[in-house]
Amino acid sequence: MMKLSKYVLYDIVRSKIILAYTLFLLIVSVSMFQMEENSSKAMLSLLNIVLIVLPLVSLVFTTIHYYNSYEFIELMSSQPMSRTRILMSEYAGVSISLLSAFLAGVGLPVMLFAADATGYALLFTGICLTLVFTSIAFLASVIARDKARGIGLALLLWFYFALIYDGLVLLILFSFSDYPLEKLTLLLSALNPVDLGRIFIMLKMDVSTLMGYTGALYKDFFGSNTGILFTAGIMLVWIIVPFWLAVRKFKRKDL
Amino acid sequence: MIRIENISKRFRKLQVLDNITASFEKEQVVSLIGPNGSGKTTLIKCMLGMVKPDSGKILVNGQLINGHPSYREQIGYMPQIGRYPDNMKVGQLFRMLQNIRNIPDEKTDRDLFQQFELEKIAGKPMRTLSGGTRQKVSATLAFFFNPALLILDEPTAGLDPLASEILKAKILAEKKKGKLILITSHILSDIDELTTHIMYLQEGKMQFFKNMETLQEETGELRLGKAIARIMKGEKFTSEWIDKMLEVKDNERIY
Repeated sequence: MMKLSKYVLYDIVRSKIILAYTLFLLIVSVSMFQMEENSSKAMLSLLNIVLIVLPLVSLVFTTIHYYNSYEFIELMSSQPMSRTRILMSEYAGVSISLLSAFLAGVGLPVMLFAADATGYALLFTGICLTLVFTSIAFLASVIARDKARGIGLALLLWFYFALIYDGLVLLILFSFSDYPLEKLTLLLSALNPVDLGRIFIMLKMDVSTLMGYTGALYKDFFGSNTGILFTAGIMLVWIIVPFWLAVRKFKRKDL
Repeated sequence: MIRIENISKRFRKLQVLDNITASFEKEQVVSLIGPNGSGKTTLIKCMLGMVKPDSGKILVNGQLINGHPSYREQIGYMPQIGRYPDNMKVGQLFRMLQNIRNIPDEKTDRDLFQQFELEKIAGKPMRTLSGGTRQKVSATLAFFFNPALLILDEPTAGLDPLASEILKAKILAEKKKGKLILITSHILSDIDELTTHIMYLQEGKMQFFKNMETLQEETGELRLGKAIARIMKGEKFTSEWIDKMLEVKDNERIY
């Protein structure tokens, strides 16, 4: 499988988009740490970058890459190579390049300026979100018939996870504000990897003390080992399930 | 070597393949002919596993094809329109496929590589190649790994006369080695000298599958184009396609 991934990686590196992405992340994170005197403030700004930009770039980049390498996929499928292996190699190639961009662009500065629990939580969330949204993008591209639809679907998914979902949650919380909703919100957060990541990092920060009773409850849960396991487990589900669906669909697809 | 049993395929409303059963053996050169959209390419893609038939089975060497992809090690495929990764160079393409198939240098078949003088363009990216040169690359790739079965989709379309003679000579040579060769073509004069069996498809149905001797005996014609035209007329298929093709050819060629 690595053989094929090597060629996928080679193709990605040649296009230089990943390099631009790395530079962008590096400049943003370094300047955040330089501008803010308090590194935890910088982390808060960085958190928003990670939660908004990372999913967007992962989705769009993966979708475009998939359609650009359609010829490659076609060629490979006439060779003695299973479809599962082809798609897995593509996934490995794309996610390795996106992850290295993230680790070089955000990982390095965080390690230099804020190597504490919050920093590690941020890196963990960033890695998970990259993998999750690469998976989701593969699913979207396999389902959509052409490039325009594929990218449209990817953007729609991003809107949903980054913006619309929060609106829906707020709506639910307002409408049912008379009831105890702590458990429900915990469940709702698991249904959106971006929210899950946000809560996971926020509770490592000092700001969590401002969140009152709910915050205390969350802190109790996410601060414990069960909370970390829960987050990791849910993220893993978000990585595996969409990709598994994509492989299943891809195997039955006519090329 | 290949057995096709009751293959059917429908693309939405269009029945592309309708209950096709046939069996091909070694040392045969089978020509798949039929008007545009008669399902030739789809049938080929079914054999390669690129299109999944709705019903029916395909066996290669007695092995059902929707299991392990290893059966494709014995197949060399030349697509109708060769689409390759844009950034990849010609030399790289060959090296990559060799690497993936894990075949040592001495086992590759470089006849066409030399005859088409591909060495000269080994450093050129695939996107800069003309349609004909691309066809040369596709043809060379199909023969490169010495497969026992060759599937050539419109091999001579787009090739200059010299190249198409080289390719025909190569096909004849491989036939003598006891390989099974499947060809689709519209240019009947091209396959005339090569073919041993004719399979005629129309609107996804197999009209007949005969060997050349039977065909010549039945029609009293030695030339493939005329023999088929006679059959078409005799069996009242009223295929304008075959008439048109013969007309053009009579003007163009001197027998």
